[in-house]
Amino acid sequence: MPILEGEKVTKYFGGLAAVSNVDFHVDQGEVVGLIGPNGAGKTTLFNLISGALGLNSGVIRFKGESIGGSKPHKICRLGLARTFQEVKIFANMPVMQNVLLGSLFGTPSGMSAANAAKEAAELLDFVGLSAVRNTPAGGLTLANQKRVEVARALATKAELLLLDELMAGLNSTETAEAMELVTRIRGRGVTVFMIEHVMKAIMGVCDRIMVLHHGEKIAEGTPKEIATSKTVIEVYLGE
Amino acid sequence: MDISVFGSRKLWVAGLALLILVALATLPFYGSLYMTILMTAILMYIIITVSWVIFSGPSGYLSLASAAFFGIGIYASAILLPTTGAVLPVLVVVLIAGALSFVVAVLVGFLTLRLRGIYFAIFTFGLVELIKQFLLFWEFEVTHTRGRYVLLVDSRTIFYIMLGIFVALILTAYFIRNSKFGLALRSIGENEAAAAHSGVNVTMVKVITFGISAVFMGMAGAIMATRWTYVDPYIAFNPFFSFMPVLMAVFGGLGQFYGPIVGATIFAYLEEVLLTTFPYYYMLIFGCVLVATMLFMPKGFTGLIQKGWKRVSGGQQHANT
Repeated sequence: MPILEGEKVTKYFGGLAAVSNVDFHVDQGEVVGLIGPNGAGKTTLFNLISGALGLNSGVIRFKGESIGGSKPHKICRLGLARTFQEVKIFANMPVMQNVLLGSLFGTPSGMSAANAAKEAAELLDFVGLSAVRNTPAGGLTLANQKRVEVARALATKAELLLLDELMAGLNSTETAEAMELVTRIRGRGVTVFMIEHVMKAIMGVCDRIMVLHHGEKIAEGTPKEIATSKTVIEVYLGE
Repeated sequence: MDISVFGSRKLWVAGLALLILVALATLPFYGSLYMTILMTAILMYIIITVSWVIFSGPSGYLSLASAAFFGIGIYASAILLPTTGAVLPVLVVVLIAGALSFVVAVLVGFLTLRLRGIYFAIFTFGLVELIKQFLLFWEFEVTHTRGRYVLLVDSRTIFYIMLGIFVALILTAYFIRNSKFGLALRSIGENEAAAAHSGVNVTMVKVITFGISAVFMGMAGAIMATRWTYVDPYIAFNPFFSFMPVLMAVFGGLGQFYGPIVGATIFAYLEEVLLTTFPYYYMLIFGCVLVATMLFMPKGFTGLIQKGWKRVSGGQQHANT
């Protein structure tokens, strides 16, 4: 059974269909990639799933429950967390508090302060930021700020993690580390749905890839199928 | 980090706070009546400022509704404590005023806290005008009165009630700041979307804090009315009380818990001195002080002190770390 599924998901901005009649599904334990040219509607689709935006029509179900139109904090507490394309961290708060917020507020049943702190410390260790736990998050490098976002999202005991361009703006070493992080996230049993422009990364870590173009799904398949698909090469990858 | 040093510092602060509290509580016994009355006014300013900071400080929402909640308290008092005899005991009236301000703040909060930045500021300021104009209309058209006389209450009683509100407020502010709730409020100020996506019910946190901050403003207004003895909508809903807390908090510095308290104390005292010694130039001097604050003390008075302290103890701190 898919952990996340969408049927005819549609969102208009004025007269423009940013996402139009998109059907999708993500199965438990999968790593699914979402690619497409700029303005294809990838982030909009993530915003619809995470509750940042409301749907115009269609249905989105998470663990069988319809979440279209729910508030972001409710969706988060159901076990669906996300990161952002332009990092949204609490820049003046210590790294530890950034993550603590997720474990204090985002978990389905709530947590005691002691357990939340333990959870946050464990996740800082997981993403490799224990050493900077007391530094204001705004003082970290972009790669590490993105790790703060990942730790905060995981701290909510997320079962599904939406990663919006985790690797954008990172150098090649950092990209490789980020890929390794995605693999380890999956190792924790967390399902991953990720938007990415770095082809090497997405081909390397994803089980399945979806391609959006002008708000419509134009292709879906294994990395190999996508890499050789004629339509995808035409609109996105190039010769 | 040395834990024993940390612990002893906390103890030291608590001891100092207790000392100030005892000094304040016994003031009517050793100070003059004038001092008691002056201290009541200072406490009033501290209460309005600190309750403004509870919400607007961490959340970053600039509220100019303080005068509205303060005024609601004043009018609640004016209606329930007429000169013809108190309908209810003074303390009960003060509590009712707080509850009333809370209810109005929560209702207004649900309507307006989706507005951000300047729009929120303007709306909250509009609220002050709205209530004022409504009361003016009501008095003109319905009751055919102008203003109300309020029961005279003993200055000491006023002082002690004000002190009680002050203590309750400081404790509330301290607990909010150091609780999970305070963390959520700060995260909203830092990045509201990220807070919402991390499981914080942002609307609820904002509305409840807005309501809590209004409680203390309302209570302060209710007891202050008994000191002023005559109030009308212009006195009760004076925009001055919307801007004052902002200025006092900025003057004191928002970085530290005690910043706004220090700011309000100095400002309130300064106002009293200027008003009595330079009644004609008071506003002018006041303005100059404000401009100087903005120019030379961007982190407020406490920011300046901290900077100075660091310079003095810089070597020591370096040795510790």
